[in-house]
Amino acid sequence: MNATDTLALLPLLLLAGTAIVVMLGIAAKRSHELTAGLTLTGFAASFLSIFAVARLVPRQVTSLLLIDRYALFYLGLIIASAAAVAVLSYQYFAKHDGQGEELYLLLVLATSGCAVLVTSIHFVSFLLGLEVLSVSLYGMVAYFKGHGQGLEAGIKYLILASASAAFLLFGMALIYADTGTMAFSSIQNLPLGRSSLGLLLPGIALSVTGIGFKLGVVPFHLWTPDVYQGAPAPVSAFVATTSKTALVVLLLRYLAAGTQQSKAVFFLFSVIAVASMCAGNLLALRQNNVKRVLAYSSVAHFGYILVAFLAGTTMAADAIAFYLVAYTVTILTAFGIVTVLSTSESDAADLEDYRGLFWRRPVLASIFTAVLLSLAGIPATMGFIGKFYILASGANASVWPLIIVLVLTSVIGLFYYLRIVVTLFSAVPERLPSIERLRWGSAFVLGGLAVLLIWFGVYPAPLLNLIRATIGGIN
Amino acid sequence: MILILLIAILLLGGIFAGISARWSTQLPRWISLGAIAVDLVLSARLWTGRSSSASKAWYDQVDWNWVPNFGIHFHLAVDGLSFLMLILTFSLGIVAVLCSWTEIREKIGFFHFNLMWVLAGIVSVFLAMDLFLFYFAWELMLIPMYFLIVIWGHERRVYAGTKFFLFTQCSGLLMLVAILALYFLHHQSTGVYTFEYSELLGTTLSSGAELAIMLGFFVAFAVKLPVVPMHTWLPDAHTEAPTAGSVILAGLLLKTGGYGLLRFVIPLFPHAAHRFTPVALALAVIGIIYGAVMAFSQTDLKRLVAYTSVSHLGFVLLGIFSWNALALQGAIMTMICHGLSTGALFVLVGGLQERMHTRDLNRMGGLWTVMPCLSASALFFCLASLGLPGLGDFVGEFLVLLGSYKVSIALTVFATFGILASTFYALRMMQRAFFGPNTNSWRLPDLTRREVLIMTMMILGLLWLGFHPQPVLNTFAPAMDNLQHEVQIPPVALRRQP
Repeated sequence: MNATDTLALLPLLLLAGTAIVVMLGIAAKRSHELTAGLTLTGFAASFLSIFAVARLVPRQVTSLLLIDRYALFYLGLIIASAAAVAVLSYQYFAKHDGQGEELYLLLVLATSGCAVLVTSIHFVSFLLGLEVLSVSLYGMVAYFKGHGQGLEAGIKYLILASASAAFLLFGMALIYADTGTMAFSSIQNLPLGRSSLGLLLPGIALSVTGIGFKLGVVPFHLWTPDVYQGAPAPVSAFVATTSKTALVVLLLRYLAAGTQQSKAVFFLFSVIAVASMCAGNLLALRQNNVKRVLAYSSVAHFGYILVAFLAGTTMAADAIAFYLVAYTVTILTAFGIVTVLSTSESDAADLEDYRGLFWRRPVLASIFTAVLLSLAGIPATMGFIGKFYILASGANASVWPLIIVLVLTSVIGLFYYLRIVVTLFSAVPERLPSIERLRWGSAFVLGGLAVLLIWFGVYPAPLLNLIRATIGGIN
Repeated sequence: MILILLIAILLLGGIFAGISARWSTQLPRWISLGAIAVDLVLSARLWTGRSSSASKAWYDQVDWNWVPNFGIHFHLAVDGLSFLMLILTFSLGIVAVLCSWTEIREKIGFFHFNLMWVLAGIVSVFLAMDLFLFYFAWELMLIPMYFLIVIWGHERRVYAGTKFFLFTQCSGLLMLVAILALYFLHHQSTGVYTFEYSELLGTTLSSGAELAIMLGFFVAFAVKLPVVPMHTWLPDAHTEAPTAGSVILAGLLLKTGGYGLLRFVIPLFPHAAHRFTPVALALAVIGIIYGAVMAFSQTDLKRLVAYTSVSHLGFVLLGIFSWNALALQGAIMTMICHGLSTGALFVLVGGLQERMHTRDLNRMGGLWTVMPCLSASALFFCLASLGLPGLGDFVGEFLVLLGSYKVSIALTVFATFGILASTFYALRMMQRAFFGPNTNSWRLPDLTRREVLIMTMMILGLLWLGFHPQPVLNTFAPAMDNLQHEVQIPPVALRRQP
């Protein structure tokens, strides 16, 4: 490792440094403003360092990490979304009198875990990143100790995440036993098409358990509704966007080639994709809790992403990148709205909290409508271009059965999004829960995200160009 | 540039109408009316400014790069077919604003915002020459329409609105998959990625793929048109929508289905359409008869009118798939005249409901003595609907039957029964609602001056179309020649010469 290697790691180092600074800051002076400010400065510095590093890539740092344009693109996405979560947390914890400072510390740690995941090309760094992320998340999910639901969600997440990590480790051991190496390239270079896969296939299957758990795809989705519901709204946003993005990126590096080489792996992921699309959309139908709806819809959305993953072309990698950006923007906006509407007693999660919102707060309700339409994939939103891109990559690779399932299940999905839209526009109820004013920080974030949501939905060319320049040719 | 202006004026007019509701309840109405009127004048300029040479079918075009990575263009163009649809859109747009003048009393700004945006979506659909843009507009016009139904509709509005949205969205997504399949197959055979309509014409496809892709398109348009097994959203949506919503649904949204069949399905996939013709014609005739029978048995006046649409639009499908000059001219005439006559009937039913707060035929009767002007207008449009010679609908359906006779005599005979059946439901409606004794002793105000204005416009329109349809047919002719030029084999599948 030389100076250039260290420089290439700058975004990660800055994230880690931010964690230490934030920790010392809290120790010196317990101040919500100061902590949030330090966190955002750290994120900003790390984000800017990406542009400095861009000249050095691609560069492999030790055998664990690979910094290439692909990793940098997703690092940017992860840091930006984590910064948005930090701003939302500021709005959220300002109305809770409790101590919100440590959440920022955990947030920075979890983000650095994600950063390790997106640059990882080796099982060791994979596990390291995953555990840094998971352990921080346990704390974040159960941040309100007095909260029954929060604790339940935290414990559930702790137990299931540890179990899935154990499966993952076992899978890694099996793969190591078969191939004798722990680098991802071992799987890409080995002909998976060989007649007997030996221990490799069970190894891959077990490691998929670990990844599938974090992505919340069927059959590893059982934690999602409870955690989304029980965790504070900004934390749910982080779980839904940043951590899942990191895992998708890792999955692409780890197994993208594998699905094309091995029929068994392809079949495994096809089953997961179809089950996720069906179960996610069907289970969301009967929910009256907006956070749970978003949880089940995220199950379905990662099913859609797996369709592109299975298509496995260069176009599919681009499609996934676009979809992840669109999904991140959409979900952050959604949880931003939930954060703003939440009171100090409880999060605004019940459908009734949203009744008639349009007639009371037209701008907030319009943004939320745009979010729901984006999730449903209706034109003039990023979600539509994302879904279009996934369908296009699927059609390009001729995976017709998966495409048909995607189309039919997304129509089911439309039903529950429309239900929320109808509620937003229905008559204002008698009992009016008061809605606090937006702080300028969250107003800026929400407004900016909403503009992105529509702007890239109507004119996606700039983002498509960026993706093609950074992601193109990863496979 | 005019084409961009047409859409931009509607979009901006909608935004201003929405904002202006803060200051005045009248302002949104006048702004909407003004914006649509300006559009109508602008489209008249398209007509006067069109190139005089008969061979050039396109009046005006705009072609911008939109998403170059996919070969997507922002390509709008107008020919005779699109032009006729534009005029219909703006005329019915004015009717829709006028007829909700007193009906809509709440959330006026947002209502007019949605009204203008749905019109903008419809205009974009009629102008789009890039399949991606077409799908974009196709989906975009749904959302404001959905809001019109679920916010200002009647009792079961949420059910009807959701059903409408799910049906159209599901079929629309199938069309999107079909568009993508066509896009990639076109790339395979030519090496060019494009969604451009004129370039996709004549793409070489294997017969299986062509049929599958054509069915994807057909389903989307068949749901909108509606074709019978896929029509069930229509009676609910039309019945529950506010009057302006019903006028736009029946007058315009259904026409986008007919337009899509005419512009895309048959020219893009001539061989598959040729093979599919027997099925399409049979579905058309089933629709004609089924719609008429269902209309006959309704007691809800608005539902009755909704089912007549199913019947009339069957003639459009019959005309389009017969694909000869007479039948196509008939189809376009039927589309325009149905817009006027059914639109007017919905306005009248809306007026009745505003006065009586019921749409139940059993509670009506003897209204002629109470409201002579309204009843006389209703009689006029009922007669138009049952195909009285001298009114526009007759010309359209007669031409369709003439054209389809060349293709299949048997189906034409059955379709003619549909016209016969329309006499029954139209006369039954008149009899039950307006004649007989006034058993419920209704005392109601007759047409207001605003309503008289609407009715006069539509009556004059139908009379003009009925007595002198030639200008419409002449406008359509170059566009029709172009469309027919694309389809070298006329799909005359069932021809059996005596």
